[in-house]
Amino acid sequence: MTSENAPAPGSEITLRVNGKPHTLYVDHRRVLLDLLREDLGLTGAKKGCDHGQCGACTVLVGGRRLNSCLLLAVTLDGAEVTTVEGLGGDGEEPHPLQRAFLDRDAFQCGYCTPGQLCSAVGMLAEAAAGHPSHVTDPAAPSGRPVPLDRPEIRERMSGNLCRCGAYPGIVEAVEDVIR
Amino acid sequence: MPHTDTALGAPAERLEGRQKVTGAARYAAEYPLPGRAHAWPVPAAVARGRVAEVDTSAARALPGVLAVLTPGDAPRLAEPEDATLAVLQEPRVPHRGWCVALVVAETPETARAAARLVRVRYDSEPYDVELTEDHPDAHEPDVANAGLPGRVEHGDPEGAFAAAPTRVDVAYRVPPLHNHPMEPHATTAHWDDDRLTVYTSSQGGTTARSVLAQMFELPEDHVTVVSEHVGGGFGSKGTPRPDLVLAAMAALRTARPVTLAYPRRYLPTVVGHRAPTLHRLRLGAAPDGRLTAVVHEVTTHTSRVKEFVEQAAVPARVMYATPNLRTVHRVVALDVPSPSWMRAPGESPGMYALESAVDELAEALGMDPIRLRIRNEPVHEPGTGKPFSSRHLVQCLREGARRFGWDERDPRPRSRREGPWLLGTGVAAATYPSSAVPATATARALPDGTFTVRINATDIGTGARTVLAQIAADTLGTALDRVRTEIGHSDLPPAWLAGGSTGTASWGWAVHDACADLAARLAAHTGPLPAEGLDAHADTAGKADAEVPYARHAFGAHFAEVAVDTVTGETRVRRLLGVFAAGHILNPRTARSQFTGGMIMGLGMALTESSTLDPAFGDFTECDLASYHVPANADVPAVEAHWIEEDDTHLNPMGAKGIGEIGIVGTAAAIGNAVHHATGVRCRELPLTPDRILAGLPAAG
Ligand code: FES
Ligand code: FES
Repeated sequence: MTSENAPAPGSEITLRVNGKPHTLYVDHRRVLLDLLREDLGLTGAKKGCDHGQCGACTVLVGGRRLNSCLLLAVTLDGAEVTTVEGLGGDGEEPHPLQRAFLDRDAFQCGYCTPGQLCSAVGMLAEAAAGHPSHVTDPAAPSGRPVPLDRPEIRERMSGNLCRCGAYPGIVEAVEDVIR
Repeated sequence: MPHTDTALGAPAERLEGRQKVTGAARYAAEYPLPGRAHAWPVPAAVARGRVAEVDTSAARALPGVLAVLTPGDAPRLAEPEDATLAVLQEPRVPHRGWCVALVVAETPETARAAARLVRVRYDSEPYDVELTEDHPDAHEPDVANAGLPGRVEHGDPEGAFAAAPTRVDVAYRVPPLHNHPMEPHATTAHWDDDRLTVYTSSQGGTTARSVLAQMFELPEDHVTVVSEHVGGGFGSKGTPRPDLVLAAMAALRTARPVTLAYPRRYLPTVVGHRAPTLHRLRLGAAPDGRLTAVVHEVTTHTSRVKEFVEQAAVPARVMYATPNLRTVHRVVALDVPSPSWMRAPGESPGMYALESAVDELAEALGMDPIRLRIRNEPVHEPGTGKPFSSRHLVQCLREGARRFGWDERDPRPRSRREGPWLLGTGVAAATYPSSAVPATATARALPDGTFTVRINATDIGTGARTVLAQIAADTLGTALDRVRTEIGHSDLPPAWLAGGSTGTASWGWAVHDACADLAARLAAHTGPLPAEGLDAHADTAGKADAEVPYARHAFGAHFAEVAVDTVTGETRVRRLLGVFAAGHILNPRTARSQFTGGMIMGLGMALTESSTLDPAFGDFTECDLASYHVPANADVPAVEAHWIEEDDTHLNPMGAKGIGEIGIVGTAAAIGNAVHHATGVRCRELPLTPDRILAGLPAAG
């Protein structure tokens, strides 16, 4: 799609998105967010700022949560990407966190929601792997799973802005899935 | 979907919730029409002047660029009623950020790169962006926003104030604020001969359609506007913004579908902002706390493009009984971006100032601030003399006090300490008008036992789609899962925009009437339904806008607990609690989200959100989300919203008052009052940032 009229330098890359391989010719200026939205039609990842300031574009790359608006697609040859569309896997059933977001009304307009969901999935893995946050007790033993109380959840979810102010529901939804 | 006996009042899950959590919900920039191109605006780089020349040669030479529209060659459009939409029509630059060229290219990357290559030469002129109380150009407008009178006064406010035994005479300031919905303003436009289709991020598709029809001189039925999902607006998408007109022009010029997603950092200059307000409050009271004089004078700015007057002195006409009242607005036209609506325009900054001043008066009187408010509870609306259709402010204050534990409070400032933290609590009242506007709707019964309700309403995150289905289900006496709501498309029966907290009342009224009519028809019908079903149509003109002899408002009480760090001056909110009286609450699940969401935006207004018009370059300095601080999850503590059920028969068939805005109204004052209680520092300018608090704290901490 990009290749026909591409004036700017580009390269061919292959990456897997939600389990499916894609080989594309990408403009070197293209970021992962635009690759997902424009090339693959996966518009679940949202563009809130395009500058790494809001988290709306958060997706999982190799299981880590990242702002896809800051990732040049050409650097992602061979990467494994999961977007909100892929969180539930192949099944009809949504991911437990998606269910919890519905139960807790953890969104209003829904624009930040895909980013919140991907971020929460990534965050749970980080805590399980023992990554400390700004509010983790410095005396806590390192490398062990960090228990997620409300301050931990709030702190770790602070890279995802929600102008509708759905934060209380988001925290409750995350609590629902760790119980 | 839960089955309930009555759908209204049930915590129904959002009907589009599943789409939103799976990424299937489509927003305006997400319609991949074949051959779609992308546009990128070029913002004016001077605060005032004229575009002398636009050199587009380098931009056009870039492969993949389809067109560059400039004031010299863009399609000529009919003059719009809203002058902010007259983009690329003439060389005048009324403020920095005004769109002076638009690039259209195959990809967003190329459009962005080409926009940088557009060379604009300006004849610039001296400009003024600084609002001051004594600005020589200030004038008193007859009418402020929402058609409200600029001045309302009675009695002898000056004389009564001068004679009052206890007086508070204070100045408060609220800076410019930005809406920043998470979805930037975006439009995808597409022409098919002389028919125009737009997918636009708008709070009101009916208005968008009439604006496009008027400006492009098309019959209305040649324009289709789709706003299926909208990523927030908070007023900034109330009426069309330049993205709509620019995208339609770009699609016309290139004969291609075009998406214009306005870049985040350009939004503050083109989508409206909350205008800064400078307040002078004078409250005079008798020793028992009874107000003898209330004077609220507001100075604000507007642009040179159009006059918008933030009606911040208006709540003083609603809140407290006083024999002597003056509320007045003054406005200065400056070389600034055009202000517009932001969640609870008027009430939000006005109640921050008024409710802070009331707190100061309570302190001056040595009286509990809740008692002081109750003492001044009016029988009639002070500004109009009308009786209230319902008013449960006192009950909100009492219920909130009970839930919050207000009675245990030691009223003396600096009375609670926790290590380096000083703790305090504060209270403030809230109010927001309850009104409705006419709308049309149809309801259809289908032979399979299901129903379809159609209305061009918009769900910007409020839960409109869901609550309208609930209203329909109850009126039809059916289960919620038998009702389908179709909204967000201009082929549907016209309705007004989502704004002024009027959506549920206005749209719900039309849906109710259509369903009531349909129910009557069904009752009279014998035999099976025809294949196409049975229809009923409603138009609430003359009903929803009928004059009523009542003052209709929602009320609320806000409570806040804060901790202020004596070392850094940082304020952390520990608890926010709101109690609201807003008629019948139709869906407690989505209503709670609206109340708490408003309160969280109020927390931002109190502590983190601020914008500055820099006199040196004539624009906002905090224009993106890195510099303009929207509250993040870690800023938001326990937030609770409760309500008092009201039975108000003077509103609409649902007995509902709008709830989208009142949540923000009293929050900033409650937090400011809590900061004063914690520290003894009365900071009269928002936001309450560490530098300001620290400056007031005694050096010893
Ligand atoms: S769009 Fe990527 S962080 Fe905002
Ligand atoms: S749900 Fe609207 S921004 Fe989060």
